Amino acid sequence: MKKIIKYVITDILRNKIVIVYTICLLAVSFSVFSLEDNTTKGLLSLLNIILIIVPLINIIFAAIYIYNSAEFIELLVSQPLQRNSIWMSLFIGLSASMCIAFIIGAAIPVLIYEPTITGIMMICVGLFLTVIFIAIAILAALQTRDKAKGIGIAILLWLYFSLLFDGLVLFLVFQFADYPLEKIMVAVSALNPIDLGRILILLKMDVSALMGYTGAIFRNFFGTNLGISISFFVLILWIVLPVWISVVKFNKKDL
Amino acid sequence: MITIENISKQFGKLKALDHVTVKCERSECIALVGPNGSGKTTLIKTVLGMVVPDCGTIAFNGKNITNDWLYREEIGYMPQIGRYPDNMTIGQIIDMMKDIRKSSKALDESLIEAFALKDLYKKRMRTLSGGTRQKVSASLAFLFNPQVLILDEPTAGLDPVASEILKEKIIEEKQKGKLILITSHILSELDDLVTQIIYMQDGKLLFHKSIQQLHEHTGELKLSKAIARVMTNKVA
Repeated sequence: MKKIIKYVITDILRNKIVIVYTICLLAVSFSVFSLEDNTTKGLLSLLNIILIIVPLINIIFAAIYIYNSAEFIELLVSQPLQRNSIWMSLFIGLSASMCIAFIIGAAIPVLIYEPTITGIMMICVGLFLTVIFIAIAILAALQTRDKAKGIGIAILLWLYFSLLFDGLVLFLVFQFADYPLEKIMVAVSALNPIDLGRILILLKMDVSALMGYTGAIFRNFFGTNLGISISFFVLILWIVLPVWISVVKFNKKDL
Repeated sequence: MITIENISKQFGKLKALDHVTVKCERSECIALVGPNGSGKTTLIKTVLGMVVPDCGTIAFNGKNITNDWLYREEIGYMPQIGRYPDNMTIGQIIDMMKDIRKSSKALDESLIEAFALKDLYKKRMRTLSGGTRQKVSASLAFLFNPQVLILDEPTAGLDPVASEILKEKIIEEKQKGKLILITSHILSELDDLVTQIIYMQDGKLLFHKSIQQLHEHTGELKLSKAIARVMTNKVA
């Protein structure tokens, strides 16, 4: 398994997109922090980049990578290797290289300029989002044999998590404005890892006061240690579930 | 050595394999023949575990292969269309396979030398012609000295010299007591190789006979004529 991971990582590094991604993240992070005097403001700008761009790049890159590895997978499956370990190696190799890119590109600047609990929370959320969207992408890529369709599904999933979901939530909130929805909102936010990440970071930034009553409810839940633990547990579920489903499906796949 | 029992596989509406039962023993050279789309490649892929059958069992050396993978150490597989990662070189692919299989047995590099692949080690897979790809596939199949060789259309795309080298290699391995499974459409080529014939049509196994039985049955000495007779009469 280690060997396959090694081959996956060397293959990813050989195609230079990951390196370009790292350099872009690095440039954005440093420029965001040096534009603003107040590093918290810088962190807030970086937050939007992490919540929007990181999932997008990861979901598309991972989906395309899985499709391009079709030959590699086919070659390995006819060898004395366990299917589980082939698929897990692809996932771990992808996650490791994208996480390293994120650590170099975003985590190091954040730690230099804002080595606070907020900064660390942001790094954690960024790493989680990286792995979660790779997990979702490999599941989407496994579902369909058609490359264009699979990548289309990956883009639509990203669109859903980053834009449509919020729209739906807003719609619901306005439709049921007469009912006390605040507690339900806490549960609903678990359905979207991007939202969950955003709430976790914003609550650490003390801007939750701006969010009114809902903000107070969120604070009551996500502000506690139990709330934070539950949120991270949900984030882990967002990784484990797609990967587990994809492993089961890959074991039954005909190549 | 390989026991296939009552295997069925359905792809959508197409029945690729329909209750196939075969037994393959050591030191046989078995030809899998049949028209296009008769399920030959699917049968091979189920043995390799690349296609998961809907029902039925396959045993390798008496052990069921479902959820097993180590049995593949004893199989060398040459696919019909060798598909390899485009941006790797021949040398990298061969090194990678050696690294992944880590076999303790002596490596058999005779085909790599016979095909002079070492001169092409720096070439990337996407730049290779179909024939060179086939040479790489063949070299990889024989490299680890497996007990079973599964060759899917081995000589398609090879030039006469290369296909002669490969044929000699197959005969040599057969004499060492290995089980060899070949599919091919060029029947004249199989004449001096095979000892048994499996004939498939529409996913069904029509017959499994030794060459002598086939000769006696059809009265033809040439394999191609015997098979043609079977195909036109559809009696076995």
